[in-house]
Amino acid sequence: MMMTRERLVQIQNAVADTKLQNAVYSATARLKEKRQEVVEELPEYQELRTHAAALKKHALENLDHYLEQFEANVIAHGGKVVWARDGDEAAGFILDIARQRGVKMVVKSKSMVTEEIHLNQRLEEHGIEAVETDLGEYIQQLAKEPPFHIIAPACHKTRQDIAEIFRKGLNTECGDEPEQQAGLARRVLREKFLEAGIGISGANFLVADSGALLIVENEGNARLCTTAPKIHIAVTGIEKIIPRAQDLAVFLKLLARSATGQLLTVYTSLLGGPRRPGDVDGPEEFYVVLMDNGRSRLLADKEKRESLNCIRCGACLNACPVYRKIGGHNYPWTYSGPIGAIITPQYKGVLQDPWLPFASSLCGACAEVCPVKIDIPKILLDLRRDVVAERTQASSNRLEKWAFQGYSWLMRHPRLYALAGRLGAIGAKLPFATRIGPAAKWGQVREVPMPASESFRAQWRKRKAAK
Amino acid sequence: MAEAEGGEVTAREEILGRVRAALGRNPGQPVKPPAAPRLRIPEIPADERFGLFQTRLEALGGKVYRAPALADAGRLVTQIRPPGPAVASNAPILREAGITSLPDILTGLTEESRLRDVCASAACGITGADYGMAQTGSLVTIAANESRLVSLLPPVHIALLRLSRLLTGLDEFYTLVPKPAGGACSTVFITGPSRSADIEMILVRGVHGPKAIHVIVVEE
Amino acid sequence: MPGRVSIFVTCIVDQVFPRVGLAMAEVLERIGYTIDFREQQTCCGQPAFNSGYRAEAAQVAEHFIRTFRDADFVVVPSGSCASMIGHHYFDVFPPESAMHEEAQYLGPRVWELSRFLTEVAKVEDVGAKFEQTVTYHDSCHALRELHIKEAPRRLLRKVRGLTLKEMSVAEECCGFGGTFSIKFPEVSGGMARTKIDSIHGTGASTVVSIDSSCLMQLQGALSRAGSKVRTMHLAEVLASREPQS
Repeated sequence: MMMTRERLVQIQNAVADTKLQNAVYSATARLKEKRQEVVEELPEYQELRTHAAALKKHALENLDHYLEQFEANVIAHGGKVVWARDGDEAAGFILDIARQRGVKMVVKSKSMVTEEIHLNQRLEEHGIEAVETDLGEYIQQLAKEPPFHIIAPACHKTRQDIAEIFRKGLNTECGDEPEQQAGLARRVLREKFLEAGIGISGANFLVADSGALLIVENEGNARLCTTAPKIHIAVTGIEKIIPRAQDLAVFLKLLARSATGQLLTVYTSLLGGPRRPGDVDGPEEFYVVLMDNGRSRLLADKEKRESLNCIRCGACLNACPVYRKIGGHNYPWTYSGPIGAIITPQYKGVLQDPWLPFASSLCGACAEVCPVKIDIPKILLDLRRDVVAERTQASSNRLEKWAFQGYSWLMRHPRLYALAGRLGAIGAKLPFATRIGPAAKWGQVREVPMPASESFRAQWRKRKAAK
Repeated sequence: MAEAEGGEVTAREEILGRVRAALGRNPGQPVKPPAAPRLRIPEIPADERFGLFQTRLEALGGKVYRAPALADAGRLVTQIRPPGPAVASNAPILREAGITSLPDILTGLTEESRLRDVCASAACGITGADYGMAQTGSLVTIAANESRLVSLLPPVHIALLRLSRLLTGLDEFYTLVPKPAGGACSTVFITGPSRSADIEMILVRGVHGPKAIHVIVVEE
Repeated sequence: MPGRVSIFVTCIVDQVFPRVGLAMAEVLERIGYTIDFREQQTCCGQPAFNSGYRAEAAQVAEHFIRTFRDADFVVVPSGSCASMIGHHYFDVFPPESAMHEEAQYLGPRVWELSRFLTEVAKVEDVGAKFEQTVTYHDSCHALRELHIKEAPRRLLRKVRGLTLKEMSVAEECCGFGGTFSIKFPEVSGGMARTKIDSIHGTGASTVVSIDSSCLMQLQGALSRAGSKVRTMHLAEVLASREPQS
């Protein structure tokens, strides 16, 4: 296997962990059902998907234009756009601002991009406290774990686990009721919101014609992060651009439905710059960090470019039988599930974790629910091809290559194929046959099927002769 | 960093350069406009909008009231509001409804630190709403007209919405306001009370924002 | 008017489940078709394609096309293989190549069995009798790539004595996935167990599918779990006439 021993053991443990399996299965099943219900009630759902995919395609194909338009509009509203080639530059900018303004603590609302660049760790290395404020993210931060799911970061934990995390992390009593636990987080975090010098958010969409970002959330923590501190910094990937605010009428109908089965999230905030003259509240400074960090490389691959369509709804995770078995912590990078399986190899190079595109039964449940029509199974297949090509070039898979060359040769020689089948049927009866090679792997969890003693073609020939 | 240092290529130039190289585009190359925005305003008769709005918002745990006149709205606020001090935003409709002169209501705050302190300790925040959206049971609050914190920090939010401002949904809103950020730094759709299901998918209300939301729809 | 149809029995049916091929032939003959079995046939090329070996897949695909290029109808007892031929052959041959064009010509002539019966032969009642409660497993490629959902169910509902009971997760993958089942046995086996729980929930004696590969996975997991539920290909159910013991 192309997987590390450590990873394999973790996956085996996850599959065998009944408590984890139950938590993940029930959380994803609930999200799946809710999505299904609201999608079925929306007659124009398929048409909206087509429209959204076309808008994303257009925006990506003209990305430089829309980025410049976005930047000009942010500046016109008194905000600033900061371009960052990678996580170092993005974090460097935030650190500079924090130093200049004497900020010691920042509050954060949920952002996968900041997870991608390990922003919290980078800030903390420089003595700046970074506090996650989304309830699930906060739990994960206290547990010192990355998010388990794109939209439900702590969905693998039981309330008893969470009580323990709060007791340890906050050094305080905490009961098992979610209501109590959320109340505790509210009290602790409320202080942080009012104290923090900088609020950091991500963005669900960057609206080019408006110079604005759109953020969806249910708790109000993103509103607080982007309203209470004097400085708001949004860190986003360059691929989040959509052309017009009016296009939100399409995307907003899809995003919350696909993510949580809501018609809209509780709060949908369109933010265009710092507070304006006459406003009583809102940040005084507004920055958007536009980060590349490998995205332009993905953009160059026309065949897989649609991977950048993703609006991070998490629907593919809930639909994925592999994610539901191995969980969000067994993917090599920040992004888990089917979307993680296709973007990680593109960001990191296919040889980094060559097993990843193969860890799929290609069932297609992900593509079926993707609101922006990313053909995930097709991209997985393309990535498998790329892995094979690169490994062949590196001569690291000679055996497998020979095996498939042999397969191909045999399949083009029907008589030898038939003979091989007959020999195989005899060989399979040997006592050790099921204990070696692929049969042994199969037999770990299933009974091994026996080849028929007489193939179809042999029986057909007899049948014809008898007639 | 965005700023050029010496003769180095800025991050901006480099990223845009990479993007253009990836797409085979030249700087300033014109863009074929995308298809017209997809905006389809559904036909929901005015008299059905209120009912739909109420159904949607109440399904989420909000409460919707109907007030024939502004004065009725003022009386409703007195009935609904929880005990303790309340903070009212500077929206004109609240003054017109006589809400700002009710007892134990702080209003007219223009200094942010004071506004924050008041909101953080108030039992209730009262605001107007620029629009409502019936299909989703949402309020639209635009920062040019509304404080952002009054609808966010106190545990209860009461909002006054004029019936004439109750739209069908998103498509009608974006038709009326094609570029919301042009007029204000923040445009927020509020759809029900703050909630989370981050713990075992169990619904909890009032995680960071208000636990309860009451909307008074004023016919006048 | 029934006429002559070619059958492609797939490599797995040929070698492991010949009875499925025979059952398919019997059903087709029963409704009046003459069967053409071309001995040159082997595999569709999917194993190589799914493993990333496009050149090898293309060679096998070319062999398939050469074998069946003049057939009017090729009936296949598998949604997965039918989808490989009808959809993914376009990915193995470069656009505008001669083989790509041939694939475009042949693709629409390749029919998964249940679809052939309901859409070409236009029969739902093939005169079968099977007195059992069965549940139907939607195989992923049939469901999501060929959009086959109703055809097998319509056929099953017309089988005398048969009761169809839907499982709660009919559309969830069984965990087979070709080499995935060998590369990730724990995950694949875990997926099968989820499916089996749902199968047991129906109380059915038999789980039916239109793909032998899914059934091989499910049978292996059912047997390992000591379950009495057995697996049957749709063709086998449709070929049945006598009451089952």
